[in-house]
Amino acid sequence: MMRRDLCFQILARHVRDEIVVPVYQAAQEWHAIRPDYALTYYSIGAMGQASSIALGFALARPDKRVIVLDGDGSLLMNLGSLVTIASQKPANLLHFVCGNGMYEANGGHPIPGRDQLSFAALARAAGYVKADEISTLDAFEAKIGGLLKEPGPVLVDLKLVAGEPPPQDYIFIHGAAARASFRTALRQS
Amino acid sequence: MNDADPITGAVILDAIASCGIEYIVSVPDITTSEGLLWPLVTDKRFRLVRVCKEDEGVSICAAMSLCDKRALLLIQYTGLLDSINALRSAGCEYKLPVCVMAGLLQKEPGVAPTKSKSFGIRIVEPILDAMSVPHDLLEQMSDVRFIRPAIDKAYADSYPTALLIGRQM
Repeated sequence: MMRRDLCFQILARHVRDEIVVPVYQAAQEWHAIRPDYALTYYSIGAMGQASSIALGFALARPDKRVIVLDGDGSLLMNLGSLVTIASQKPANLLHFVCGNGMYEANGGHPIPGRDQLSFAALARAAGYVKADEISTLDAFEAKIGGLLKEPGPVLVDLKLVAGEPPPQDYIFIHGAAARASFRTALRQS
Repeated sequence: MNDADPITGAVILDAIASCGIEYIVSVPDITTSEGLLWPLVTDKRFRLVRVCKEDEGVSICAAMSLCDKRALLLIQYTGLLDSINALRSAGCEYKLPVCVMAGLLQKEPGVAPTKSKSFGIRIVEPILDAMSVPHDLLEQMSDVRFIRPAIDKAYADSYPTALLIGRQM
């Protein structure tokens, strides 16, 4: 198991001009690590929608790589999106699932099926080009460079636990300024 | 063909093409299947994205708007009801122009949606009103005039709009 914040710190060192779509607690941690990264679209308004938002970006901007920092509980709310994404074959979509086995933002309750569920197997069955699981920081560090160049759609289930509790900056993450900043950065990118 | 004739898929497709709509995101609906969805499969003016569930489409359309691409979500009203939370979030609260075209399955022709015998159809417009989402009913040929202003306004105001198909095509 990796600590999510340490995992994101590694990712933060590798991103250049990719669109990043994090959800809920992952969004808070990503924001704490890269508050300056304007190509972040915080997907927290409706749980489960990050993968579909990312597909919209990937189709409309095929010149940009799109990285989703999804949650396992979130993805369970929109499992059909795996099939939709696979059918659209966006080569520029990298789908991370932050697999902590719980609804972290809603009291820490376990997700259904957490002891037998494999998101990588679901993604493969849906038709993703590649799906994998990573459970150590060393492995993540070794693979992230290649993953960011690999033709997608690719899904990686990150086996992790929450990091140090980040500041909960709901005002910024929910606010119109974050989306305006994202849109401006996207137009310039 | 006169203004009171039933609206056709061909005039609807011409109208949405004239608005600069590039992507159609859809879950099939028998109300619009023959008249709209099958024809647009081969219509080179559009790119069709078939989704498994309608709320995916809300998010895809919202994201495309942030990339300055215009999209239309073509679904059945039951899918619209199922997508209210996504529309509430991405469209209404985050103020993004999600354009929905929804078939009112089995609405009686010539009957206002709020007067339909179908409970599901009766509640569509009041729900949209509660969300301040403008809506237009497309039922006869003269109604095609509503399409372009509705879509242009959605993008100008960065807010959703709903075009309701009132009869099977």
